[in-house]
Amino acid sequence: MASQILYALPFLAKGFAVTLWVSLLVVTLSLVAGVLLGVGLIYGPAPLRWAVRIFSDTIRGIPILVLMFFVYYGLPAIGLHLPSFWAAVLALTLFKTAQVIEYLRGAVASIPKGQSEAAMAIGLTFRQRLTSVIFPQAFRRFLPPWINGVTDAVKGSALVSLLGITDLMQAINQVIGRTYEAMPLYILGALIYFAVNYALSLASRRLERRFAFIRE
Amino acid sequence: MSEASNAGPALLDVRDVSKAFGAVEVLRSVSLQVKRGEVVTVIGPSGSGKTTLLRCVNFLESYDSGSIRIDGKEVGYREAGTRQRRSERDLAAMRAETGMVFQSFNLFPHLTAAGNIMLGLTKVRGKSQAEARQIAEHWLGRVGLAHKADSLPAELSGGQQQRVGIARAVAMEPKILLLDEITSALDPELVGEVLAVVRSLAEDGMTMLMVTHEMAFARDASSRIVFMADGGVSAVGPPKEILAEETTNERLRTFLARFRASHF
Repeated sequence: MASQILYALPFLAKGFAVTLWVSLLVVTLSLVAGVLLGVGLIYGPAPLRWAVRIFSDTIRGIPILVLMFFVYYGLPAIGLHLPSFWAAVLALTLFKTAQVIEYLRGAVASIPKGQSEAAMAIGLTFRQRLTSVIFPQAFRRFLPPWINGVTDAVKGSALVSLLGITDLMQAINQVIGRTYEAMPLYILGALIYFAVNYALSLASRRLERRFAFIRE
Repeated sequence: MSEASNAGPALLDVRDVSKAFGAVEVLRSVSLQVKRGEVVTVIGPSGSGKTTLLRCVNFLESYDSGSIRIDGKEVGYREAGTRQRRSERDLAAMRAETGMVFQSFNLFPHLTAAGNIMLGLTKVRGKSQAEARQIAEHWLGRVGLAHKADSLPAELSGGQQQRVGIARAVAMEPKILLLDEITSALDPELVGEVLAVVRSLAEDGMTMLMVTHEMAFARDASSRIVFMADGGVSAVGPPKEILAEETTNERLRTFLARFRASHF
């Protein structure tokens, strides 16, 4: 048994690499898109605010799996054929983006209005107010839910196996298919996912402590 | 610094400014002039529009009609009588010409005392870090906090925070300083240190428009006092005149009587 699993390790490592790659793409793309749309939701003109609000509420109300199948199996109906990998990344990114928008909105809303006014009063422009005053303070509120969301993204990436992508989850299933060693392999898989997420939450706690200067 | 400092036209010229929040008229055709070097204090019961007026001067609030000019330049709107708002960039540049100190200090909690002062100097005035640091240290010295340059706001007392707030505003060399009830959030024993700073700025010729409930301070430090009631200017004059007990202005007499009853 042990030798069979040892033999499968390189294969599992490849799957793990795919899991990390999907997670990294989803987390990065959703961060960029979510912050841009979030700023639009908070400060944008009414039509933009409505559009972002509708996007966020709709996406968050749909199970990720439905979203993923919709992108992969549904979009071809309007001529949009995405390879399974990118369909999965797009669906997960859409979902995560909606979350990032809400984290950002909450974090910025927690900054007292006086901060913007003080920044205005010394003559900072809108962009300067965001980058020098609002975001540095909102960051601390944004971080905990966002890191939580990152661990969710790592776990959620296991869903891509349902589109036939050989991520860690799929690799484990395939090895089990060959070896019938379900118990040890699922334990191994769980440990790997856990290790990644535990490392992330440790890093998060460290970061939070570094930014603990703001009085509650 | 000021090339045309001889009396002449007012530095701040507020004319017929009106503003309503929905059905509530908060400012009714307010007019008010502040000359260079003058300290003008606005007093009045709460809800009389004092703070709103002050916030209109640096366009933290917009106004519905009338005009506010600083050094001849319309503050929030483009010239030629249009009600067209200035661009974001223009507004920022206009606001840099006025300093404001807030009731609730509003220091940036993620920056040190020096950092709070340096932000505007580097981002708006284009000074180098070193230069900005020097200016920050100079002003912190002026408000008696040279030793607190690297402290975060959370590590300072209310009075110290407010003195940093003042230093942050004056370091930008504004044409006029707006003080919005800057001692109202302070414990009584901390009020004195903040007012002492304001007094020394006044002695240096800083032009100021302030809203305050500190009547004794208003009496001693102001060139003129403006009494506002119900969104309008009800009386203007030198402190001795306005704060005289035998004033004939009914509203003012009631206000002062109530004030004396609660403060002495």
